[in-house]
Amino acid sequence: MAPPSSRRSGHSRRAQFGQFTGYVIAAIGALVGAVLLLVSLFSPNAFSGLRGSAAEIVAPPAQATAVARDESQGLIEAIRGYLAAGSQNATLRREVELARIRLAEATALDEENGRLRALLDISERDAPPVVVARLIGSSASSTRRFAYIGAGSSDGVEAGMPVRAPRGFVGRVLEVSPNTARVLLLTDSESVVPVRRAKDSIAAFAEGRGDGLINIRLINLGINPLKRGDIFVTSGAGGFFRPNVAVAIADKITDDGAIARIISDPAATDFVSVENIWEAETVQSAQAPAEDDIGAGEDR
Amino acid sequence: MERFAATARKDRYGRRINRDHSPVLLRIVPWGSILIASVLPFFIMTASIPLVPPLGFLFLLAWRFVRPGVLPIWAGFPLGAWADLFSGQPFGCYIVLFSLALIAVEAIDLRFPWRDFAQDWAMASVIILIFLALGALLSGASVSLPMVFGMIPQAALSILAFPVIARMVAGLDRLRLLRVRVIG
Repeated sequence: MAPPSSRRSGHSRRAQFGQFTGYVIAAIGALVGAVLLLVSLFSPNAFSGLRGSAAEIVAPPAQATAVARDESQGLIEAIRGYLAAGSQNATLRREVELARIRLAEATALDEENGRLRALLDISERDAPPVVVARLIGSSASSTRRFAYIGAGSSDGVEAGMPVRAPRGFVGRVLEVSPNTARVLLLTDSESVVPVRRAKDSIAAFAEGRGDGLINIRLINLGINPLKRGDIFVTSGAGGFFRPNVAVAIADKITDDGAIARIISDPAATDFVSVENIWEAETVQSAQAPAEDDIGAGEDR
Repeated sequence: MERFAATARKDRYGRRINRDHSPVLLRIVPWGSILIASVLPFFIMTASIPLVPPLGFLFLLAWRFVRPGVLPIWAGFPLGAWADLFSGQPFGCYIVLFSLALIAVEAIDLRFPWRDFAQDWAMASVIILIFLALGALLSGASVSLPMVFGMIPQAALSILAFPVIARMVAGLDRLRLLRVRVIG
């Protein structure tokens, strides 16, 4: 379709100026945008207040859609369950029997652990979660992987806190507003989590690749000991995350580690729990530059 | 007595006698649809790859191609600022990209005034691909090869969604031009 003739301003001075002003404003808008972009690239938290209040506005409908999403997922799973009910029932029965025995053994171990801890005078460190909240949204059209949860600073959530689902680690809080919080997911390409292999203690970093998979990068290079199916859990190094939370499962072995799949897919979880930073002192001292005093690192 | 033909009294936008377009609808439908479309991806949960097309941008392009003149050329600034609040991109990214896209379409209009929908779609596709590529570059994350592969489904979906969204915009345009205001 040809553009409307109103664009051809003809001899009217007023129309010509109006059109010219439009171009000028558009160019200025683009330039201002570029400046804002540079500012937010250099200090990513620059506009967190604006983003926070925007998230506050859409939080109520997002809560509602989150409920609908969970319920529809439950329905699909229920239908799928009926289709394979017979054979699954037999397998599950066998597995439950085994699991009961293992559970009894685990309880015994737990008791023994408690006794040994009391002997060594270590206090119990499994703190209750700060808050349990729904995942209400995500940056579904951006290359960055953020999620939003329906709890914020009014519930005690602070930036840096780890977020986990029943199945495993999800990510960590980046920005908070009164009733929402933005979470950097494990799969974001800027996310790095210290992990170890669950069965021994081979230390590695789990880095998001940007395509939904995780890069497991071993700290000690040499012969790669990883196997397909190895499970990685948080190691607690760095002080941010509680140790022994499931993170990823190795899928393909590479030269310096593995490519892994996440264990807890946020898209399939309804509720997540926000936990306290594991060892706040460690985090603080790690953030202090080496040449500064440790005590001076309190500006953050 | 002679009568007017029935069609002379009303058309698809409503009665022609004693009625006019509503100035509120004329403005709120295009702007409102883009603002709402910018927020929609927020409600969808994806953890692996960017799968949802940038709906706000697609609606902006569709309005610009289907109904030139409805949006002023500077509309990229306010609409981009709104979209930036929900996109997950660093603030300012969509302001720049929306503004540049509108300026680019204006230049295309000057160069190729007569086009059919296939050409519009082709140009929109090129603009969408550039938009997604620049969006990834300016997202604040380092772009790697796996990330580029991960973006292919979103790019394909966005290009395929454009005709559908253009159709929806045409429908919204009918709503926009309804004669609901009573004169006199």
